[in-house]
Amino acid sequence: MSAVTRPLPRAQVRTASPRKTLRLVLRYSLLVVILLFAVFPFLWTLAIAVTDKSAGVNIYDFPASLFPRHVTFQNFVQVYQTFELGKYIWNSVSITAMMVVGTLLISALAAYPLARFRFPGRQLIFGVIVATLVLPGETTFIVNTLTLKGLGLLGTHLGVVLPTVAGAFGIFLMRQAFLAVPASLLEAARLDGAGEFTILTRIMLPLSRPSQAALGIFTLVTSWNAYFWPMLVLSATPDKMPLSVAVLKLKGQFNYDPFNIAAGALVMMVPVLLVFLLAQKLFMRGLDGAVK
Amino acid sequence: MRASWRETLLSYTFLAPALVLLGLFTFYPLIYGSYLGFTQYDGARFAHGLGPKWVGLGNFRTLLADPLFLTSLWNSVKYLLVVPALQFASLAVAVLVSRELPAMPFFRAAYYVPVVTSISLAAVMWEWVYNRSGTLNWTLKALHLLPQGAAFGWLNNEHTAFWAVMLVTFWRGFGYYMVLYLAGLQGIPEELNEAAILDGAGSWQRFWRITVPMMRPTILLCSLLSTIAALRVLEEVLVLTNGGPLNSTYTALMYVYSKAFQGFDFDYGLASAAGLVVALVALLLSLANFRLFRDADGSQG
Repeated sequence: MSAVTRPLPRAQVRTASPRKTLRLVLRYSLLVVILLFAVFPFLWTLAIAVTDKSAGVNIYDFPASLFPRHVTFQNFVQVYQTFELGKYIWNSVSITAMMVVGTLLISALAAYPLARFRFPGRQLIFGVIVATLVLPGETTFIVNTLTLKGLGLLGTHLGVVLPTVAGAFGIFLMRQAFLAVPASLLEAARLDGAGEFTILTRIMLPLSRPSQAALGIFTLVTSWNAYFWPMLVLSATPDKMPLSVAVLKLKGQFNYDPFNIAAGALVMMVPVLLVFLLAQKLFMRGLDGAVK
Repeated sequence: MRASWRETLLSYTFLAPALVLLGLFTFYPLIYGSYLGFTQYDGARFAHGLGPKWVGLGNFRTLLADPLFLTSLWNSVKYLLVVPALQFASLAVAVLVSRELPAMPFFRAAYYVPVVTSISLAAVMWEWVYNRSGTLNWTLKALHLLPQGAAFGWLNNEHTAFWAVMLVTFWRGFGYYMVLYLAGLQGIPEELNEAAILDGAGSWQRFWRITVPMMRPTILLCSLLSTIAALRVLEEVLVLTNGGPLNSTYTALMYVYSKAFQGFDFDYGLASAAGLVVALVALLLSLANFRLFRDADGSQG
């Protein structure tokens, strides 16, 4: 039955009855309303950040403040000079770089034996890593700050990185990638006398580049944006704070000057936004959530 | 493959960094943190270099007698109201953008932008929205929903702050769950919808009779993630209201954080005990969530 009747609905679409058109208009109107809800705060921040404040404008003067008449980059210059923005950018870069490199390295190393070998204790280790996904973590941050203090790492970038650098998400992502490498390829390499390390560096890693890119990008965005943990570890060393923490300090300092705050906020947002736009397919695949 | 000692040694060498870090920063805190919940480990002991002192259930008695803790726990439970709203909206939005129509990839990407926005940035931007003279009041005035001169700061009012914070959670979450639902929607065979159209089912009927039942596993996963996240809400509160005004946004993890790190009378023992209570509630809620969906499944079949 379906073979005969299935083309019918498609034919209806093509004729575009008034009702269909109305529904399409409704759908897009709804989409635009949701769009405004999702991105309005950004558009406003952007507008404020490039507004020439010397003209004595008020950011709450709607809707005029959304369309600045004189565009300027003076706010960026000012916030960079008076707030030492460069210092915080550097801190963010340092923490994020360590996180990305560390996550890739540790995940790839741990995933390799889990994908390749059968060894005693393998099942147990699997269970242990899966368990980290469901264990309650409500008191973790208390003990971890004490541990870091004991190790002399409280107030350092390394202290921010170490507790969060090893995770089930990265390990399983890399393991999936390694499992996808054809076994015949590995056999051939082995017959040619390649050792395990050569196989890892010459075959496994080059063939799992897409997964490494995905893991690297997710880690980059997460650690660039992270607020609570870096705030806690670096609370006594404000000079080492990343942008994500400093941006709230910026708010305190320039309470009278929203233009500078907006400029600082934008500086923080732009790198993430660029990465997201370039790699949006990755995020839209829901890879992130599938493993979490 | 048979295990050779060489492969075993190699395996553990490769696994070592991950296992050491997970052990030290994930498993050890769980065990030691649980132990701390049954001890007294306050500022005075800490300052004198003394270790935690076992007090049995003492901390839990203190917690039950502390109105602030009860308020915070109640606020966290109340925060769960965001879960059904968030899940319904995300699924509906996923259905809206799932059709292959012009500009859909753009809408999908734009809806995801709040997900990749740092919470501190969200705080900066949303405070301008919630401000006395911010866009929210302006919009309401333009729609004649707010009388002249009735403008107020949404985060400074003890009746609205809670919902204002919740809206930020909603804003940052709906794109995330939308993507998970989009993946699930691809698993629904096109024939099912087409057959329903032929039978004269409207889009509303199709949503409830086809999409929702077919998506049950994804809905379960998302509700579970969202429930745990809502119960553990902390960052939004910390950056937007710090628990105020009048403790109206003071959540359970805010209590844990505050008892451990804010003020001079900190007490790691009491904070850990509060964390254990939250963990217990989270566990019970997860079980309830599974139960709920399993029972619903049973009645279907």
